Amino acid sequence: MSALSIKNVWIEYGAQVVLERVSLEIEAGAFVAIVGPSGCGKTSFLRLLLGQESPARGTILLDGKPMPSEPGPDRGVVFQRYSVFPHLTVLGNVLLGPELEASPILGRTFGKCRRQLVERARVLLTEVGLGDSLDKYPTQLSGGMQQRLALVQALIRQPRVLLLDEPFGALDPGIRGEIHVLMKKLWKETGVTIVMVTHDLREAFLLGTRVVVFDRLRNRPEEKQRYGATISQNIEVHRRRVPGQDFHERIAEDSDRDDPVAVETTRRDDPATTH
Amino acid sequence: MRRVMNIRPGRARWVLALLPFALILLAYMMGSAHRRAENPSDKVLPPISEMASAVHRVAFEEDKRTGQYLFWTDTKSSLKRLSIGLSVSVAFALVLGLLIGLLPVANATFSPLTAVLSMVPPMAILPILFIVFGLDELSKVMLIIIGVTPCLVRDLSFTVSSLPREQLVKAQSLGASTWQTLIRVALPQAMPRLIESLRLSLGPAFLFLISAEAISADSGLGYRIFLLRRYLAMDTILPYVIWITLLAFLLDFALAQISRRAFPWAHNAERTS
Repeated sequence: MSALSIKNVWIEYGAQVVLERVSLEIEAGAFVAIVGPSGCGKTSFLRLLLGQESPARGTILLDGKPMPSEPGPDRGVVFQRYSVFPHLTVLGNVLLGPELEASPILGRTFGKCRRQLVERARVLLTEVGLGDSLDKYPTQLSGGMQQRLALVQALIRQPRVLLLDEPFGALDPGIRGEIHVLMKKLWKETGVTIVMVTHDLREAFLLGTRVVVFDRLRNRPEEKQRYGATISQNIEVHRRRVPGQDFHERIAEDSDRDDPVAVETTRRDDPATTH
Repeated sequence: MRRVMNIRPGRARWVLALLPFALILLAYMMGSAHRRAENPSDKVLPPISEMASAVHRVAFEEDKRTGQYLFWTDTKSSLKRLSIGLSVSVAFALVLGLLIGLLPVANATFSPLTAVLSMVPPMAILPILFIVFGLDELSKVMLIIIGVTPCLVRDLSFTVSSLPREQLVKAQSLGASTWQTLIRVALPQAMPRLIESLRLSLGPAFLFLISAEAISADSGLGYRIFLLRRYLAMDTILPYVIWITLLAFLLDFALAQISRRAFPWAHNAERTS
């Protein structure tokens, strides 16, 4: 069964049609990358999946049921900016989701319950390389670390779908390579369904199991108002999968594409080949 | 040649800070000596020694008529009015500000009202307060509340409503209810700004306090100053003014420190020199 089933969805703002005739089946555990030129409704589509806005026409099913029309814990999100809370420490940001779940009135936990949550958060944070920064505030972190924090914060609540809105767009290329590796690892481990909006085609094909291209098919000035963007291509990304090979080796076989993940392989004459 | 804007005071900071105070003191002493030389019974600029003995008289000797230490009685009753007034204002501001800032429905309902109320000149309704609440404590506290609350509410609701949309969506995607978003996301981020605007409101709060005391009271710092004005008792009035200033300054300083300690994340971005 599809995790997300989008059927003939339209988004309209007044007379302006932004998206039209969007139909998409996203199977559970898929990693869908959405690309397209600026202003083609990619982010509007993501807001739709978040429940921040409702479609003018069409239906969206989440696990076969109509999707709630407001954001909820079944759909996690990481934005490009403002994804983590500036008033909470790294640990506090990750604890927030579980604490809200455990304590409806205070939104805080104490004693044994809190210690358990802290332990779980600490494990996850160590895994993404933030184990030494538990008590830092987000402003004291680099952009890459903030986005890693945002990923952990969203994933600890175990959403059915993780929505990413250009999550790595503001990062340096080197950092972006590292976080791609991490993203892939987290996706494999959690088995979460991911929908990611990105500007970066390489990123889309590197991470996605499916790349969906949004575009305006009619772009003449007199048509712009009444014709919105729609899915122009829906590409299944094929990747050689040899049973028994682990994740890193498989990535290494992909390295004929000059992707940033190659940093992790031992084939490059990289000073850090000791491991 | 370095630009002036790039010269930093370093260790001389304290000397520079004290310099203007020393100059004002010096100018006062010279003026006082000059007037005394012309008229030995001049009361307008009393010398420091006379002020010291006046302070000793009101602060450390019992008043013959009431048996009280006037200076401390005045301070106590003024601070009591001020603290009650400001506490109630802050409570109102927190509740209304958070609701208006976070909930579109509360915003639509109360935002125009506070916008209008904040334009009412509080001093203009002081007579109404005296008529409605009588001449005792309540009307003075009410003046502070009415004078300070609307600005606090507006400031706080603006702070909350300018939280990035993304944060509110993120909170909901972590499962937060409206209430949880209020207390875990909006409230903590509003607190530093609330303290900040409370600091800015100290000036108006003292203004309303002293005005109300000047018109009707039987103790209080403002009451004393206006009472002593009849006797041209500058030797007591000036120390009282300095004391009020010092109190306001200490309150402001304490609030700033509380904010730094309790909300360190809010002060990371401040420019230090």
